[in-house]
Amino acid sequence: MKENPLRKYLRKGSLPHFFCPGCGAAQVLNYFVRAADEIKLDFDKLVAIGGVGCAARIPVYLDAEVLHGVHGRTLPWATGIKLHNPELKVVIFAGDGDAVAIGGNHLIQAARRNLDVTMIVVNNLNFGMTGGQAAPTTPCDLITTTTPYGNREKPFDICKLAITAGATFVSRWNTAKPIRAIKAIKKALRHQGFSLVEMVCQCPTYFGRKALSSGDPVKGLDWIQECSVTAKEARKLPEQEVLKRFVLGDFTEKSDPVFEGSSVY
Amino acid sequence: MLGNYAVVEGALAAGCDFFAGYPITPANEISERMAERMPRVGGKFLQGEDELCSIYALTGASLAGAKAMTATASAGYNYMQEGIGYAVAAEIPLVIVDVQRCRGENFATQADVMQMRWGASGDHELIVLAPSSVQELFDHTIRAFNLAEKYRTPVVVMSETTIALMREKLVIPEPDAIEIENRKKPDVPPEEFLPFKAGANGVPPLPDFGEGYRILHSLNPHDERGGIAWDPDVFEALYDRIAGKITANYDDIVQTEGYFLDDAEIVLIAYGSENRPSLAAVRRARANGIKAGLLKLITVWPVAEKEIKDVAGQANTVLAVEMNMGKYAGEIERVCCGYCKVARVTKNRGLIHTTDEIYRALEEEAK
Repeated sequence: MKENPLRKYLRKGSLPHFFCPGCGAAQVLNYFVRAADEIKLDFDKLVAIGGVGCAARIPVYLDAEVLHGVHGRTLPWATGIKLHNPELKVVIFAGDGDAVAIGGNHLIQAARRNLDVTMIVVNNLNFGMTGGQAAPTTPCDLITTTTPYGNREKPFDICKLAITAGATFVSRWNTAKPIRAIKAIKKALRHQGFSLVEMVCQCPTYFGRKALSSGDPVKGLDWIQECSVTAKEARKLPEQEVLKRFVLGDFTEKSDPVFEGSSVY
Repeated sequence: MLGNYAVVEGALAAGCDFFAGYPITPANEISERMAERMPRVGGKFLQGEDELCSIYALTGASLAGAKAMTATASAGYNYMQEGIGYAVAAEIPLVIVDVQRCRGENFATQADVMQMRWGASGDHELIVLAPSSVQELFDHTIRAFNLAEKYRTPVVVMSETTIALMREKLVIPEPDAIEIENRKKPDVPPEEFLPFKAGANGVPPLPDFGEGYRILHSLNPHDERGGIAWDPDVFEALYDRIAGKITANYDDIVQTEGYFLDDAEIVLIAYGSENRPSLAAVRRARANGIKAGLLKLITVWPVAEKEIKDVAGQANTVLAVEMNMGKYAGEIERVCCGYCKVARVTKNRGLIHTTDEIYRALEEEAK
């Protein structure tokens, strides 16, 4: 059988992957290598970073320089790498926990500095690897293993947070929209400055079974689709309705000087 | 020169080209001077949003090829423990300067001597150097970089308020008189390279990011290829090697200095700035006919077990001197156990021992 031409981007011997059947993180890996292939990304100069969690495992499968295994500290790693060698391309794969729970302050600061890295936030709306606990992204009222009576916290809007903090490319798509997702990842990779792509994705094993009462990945994707609106559609909806939806689109794209250090002579 | 400035000059002399830190007294003079000096010598300075950012920025920069350092003080070192544990497990060379202070205040203490060694999670060894003067702050900072590069490991310079904020004479040697160690690079192409296979001294060579080796650096247990592996045999072998590269190279790493030890019956064992009043007290004791001596620990971790045992085998009494409620004394008691009596000379009042205080302890013991 002919080997998939994208297999050359994957680390030898790393498959089969460890994602659950139907997990959206594996789709994001797929979308990334397609985007990287289309823009001919040099994997010798690529540093792919994951923290801890399901999404953090994505870079482990990439045949690149890889950092992995510490929760929430992806951006500090990236900051050190980019400052010392700006020629390297740094791409971060972070779950919502890595990005806006334990690593939230790092995200704000890296966006403020306009650190020249791409961060793909794989938002599965809960802590999947640890057993489906609520995250700062879990929608209101939904059931998780730590919100048995429904989530009483308001979720973060990761994109709004990044834009407010100073990110210069910000985009949100979901795993049900591969073409738009790949396009957004390509734009992010080509962008100079802090680029963030949020990918809302299904977690059949935990979020699906607990919050949606179904471990079927297709039902998870359908639910994400039902909850998603384009930015254009969102403008016609009342504000309270918009807050319950995942608004999809490329929100910000601007050019600002990139971070070169806190003291530059 | 100010002690904290001597650290900066030592780092630059050693080739440091990346510094990250978060403001904390009494380490601020290090960051401030770095902010001024680093960009002028072609390096990078980062003021992190916290200590975690600083320590992880160091690991990233180091893997990209930098010689990286941070400076902090006690409470800030707590935060860094997480990153130090990662740097040990992923074998990343870096230097951390901890200017110890009393809880929230800038008074003198050595109360961090155990957290230096034991704060990070998981089994590990750590190299910790304890300077006792401004000159030694300079010298030991250079040595810290050399050991970090040679053994692919974080190295701690255990400073103290006493010497960090002291001005003293510093002699900076000519650059060619300073010995510089650089990490070993692979001598085989990427397809033949096993990134976590022991090289000389148990240390695997380390290429920079971007040199084409495409290595996976994970905290998770990894085999020689760098792949995440959960095999108990792989795990055991990995940590035997990571800890072993320090313990097996004891003779290269551990340093002490002895004063008046030849016929000493009562021996002080001290580290850091406590060596200053200790040596003065030993000299006074000798002048008064007491056969006292001093074993100065330059490396506090790993413990100088051979040198301490030699002293314990010869002396009647060992006095463990330190500026805390008694921490490292436990290590000295462990090593001396069965050889000689050990007593503690401790002080936990935000002040260094006076010569009088230590002399009185010697006098009491000589009775």
